Amino acid sequence: MTSGVGAPTRAKITARTLRTDRWWLPPLMTNLGLLAFVVYATIRSFMGKWYWVGEYGYLTPFYSPCLSDSCLPGASHFGTPLPELPGWVPLGFIALPFLLGFRLTCYYYRKAYYRSVWQSPPACAVAEPHGSYSGETRLPLVVQNAHRYFFYVAVLVSVVNTYDAVVAFTHGLGLGNVILLVNVVLLWAYTVSCHSCRHVVGGRLKHFSKHPVRYRAWTLVSRLNARHMQLAWTTLGTLVLTDLYVMLVASGAISDLRII
Amino acid sequence: MAYEAKFRVWRGDDSDGELRDYLVEVNEGEVVLDIIHRLQATQTPDLAVRWNCKAGKCGSCSAEINGRPRLLCMTRMSTFTEDETVTVTPMRTFPVVRDLVTDVSFNYTKAREVPSFAPPPGVAPGEYRMLQVDVERSQEFRKCIECFLCQNTCHVVRDHEENKENFAGPRYLMRVAELEMHPLDSADRVAAAQDEHGLGFCNITKCCSEVCPEHIAITDNALIPMKERVADRKYDPIVWLGDKLFRRG
Ligand code: SF4
Ligand code: SF4
Ligand code: FES
Repeated sequence: MTSGVGAPTRAKITARTLRTDRWWLPPLMTNLGLLAFVVYATIRSFMGKWYWVGEYGYLTPFYSPCLSDSCLPGASHFGTPLPELPGWVPLGFIALPFLLGFRLTCYYYRKAYYRSVWQSPPACAVAEPHGSYSGETRLPLVVQNAHRYFFYVAVLVSVVNTYDAVVAFTHGLGLGNVILLVNVVLLWAYTVSCHSCRHVVGGRLKHFSKHPVRYRAWTLVSRLNARHMQLAWTTLGTLVLTDLYVMLVASGAISDLRII
Repeated sequence: MAYEAKFRVWRGDDSDGELRDYLVEVNEGEVVLDIIHRLQATQTPDLAVRWNCKAGKCGSCSAEINGRPRLLCMTRMSTFTEDETVTVTPMRTFPVVRDLVTDVSFNYTKAREVPSFAPPPGVAPGEYRMLQVDVERSQEFRKCIECFLCQNTCHVVRDHEENKENFAGPRYLMRVAELEMHPLDSADRVAAAQDEHGLGFCNITKCCSEVCPEHIAITDNALIPMKERVADRKYDPIVWLGDKLFRRG
């Protein structure tokens, strides 16, 4: 700590922090939350079954779009341009890397894991454990600047997920439909609230007055953007719940609550 | 109700120092600065502290209270329990002068490194005309009281003395953003934000926003939008091409 708060000209205080509150709790909770999601998502993505309820048209977002001959009949809403896949390849392998990239480069998640996983800093005014720091100035972290490209793909995937949820309504109405719909609405809210989206729709302009429509869009996105963190966590939750529901119904563990 | 509070105050200068314990009277409605003043008046006449307005508007009384960067004059004693020890230290990112007073000249140096407002050629002072919607975004940043709490808390320089040279800190990156978003500023500040003011060091962990007494959304409204502009310029081949082909406003 000789380079930071222990540097020679600064007030000689040996403690790493004098904070008396539980500053370590938020990073701990973040780590647990992220870990839980990663474990669940990994297991489910590689499981290769219980992702499609043919009777009601429920497809879990983890397997969408399902584009190979390995997919269950009916689950491929966009055809099967790809041949059979070896068993270890997740059936959702087209979208999953981009969705992972979208969240990994998301400005909110960056804050979350820089603080909790990398401890840089673990909390405000708590010295970080690293001897040197270059942030996002060079490789590898300068790659975070590609976030907008992941955003563009995430929009496409949201369209696909919306299509899945709408197609399911052609099979009648059950609790699963409601879950798929809520999930998709929240996914859109998270995607549209993205900081890159805010920039693209209008933030990059110098004169809002010359672009009234984009100014309006920017205002709406800004409002959602203020909730970006909440949406980031809510959608992790709804993704798991949606997938879990489809899994339980598909495996026969529970039966879908039918409304019509 | 009045009570005796336990205070630990950092006393010292750039050669050495320590936390010293005091018992001081606290009355209803008081803030930490009141207690520091009472300490001065009754026990430690030589205690150094910088302050001016006692209204959270001059930005002089920045310090750290129980390890959290705060304004002494805006931290109410009612936020602590009566048996809690209240620890007060100077800001830990800047060189200490004495007791609670630090040398904040780092910030003045960084302020001077940002080229000033550059109106379009031919527009004289007094002829500036702009629309409220266009200038609104940058007005949020004008609420800044120059308390330097954000500069003090940012881990880029707080934890890495060697980064001070290449990093302007949230306050002055926000100044760059303010001018870049200003409808009448004609200078191009995007490349310099990254290359000269060190925007890339910021990892958007939001401690500046967390401690700002004016509640300016520094990270969301200044730093991230600047990062996106830098991405347009330096890291996005499609936007780069578009800007070459079509001029944008
Ligand atoms: S958001 Fe950036 S500028 Fe603000 S404290 Fe964090 S690293 Fe520093
Ligand atoms: S931006 Fe906020 S924290 Fe930073 S100097 Fe200005 S008022 Fe203080
Ligand atoms: S004394 Fe002016 S801000 Fe505290």
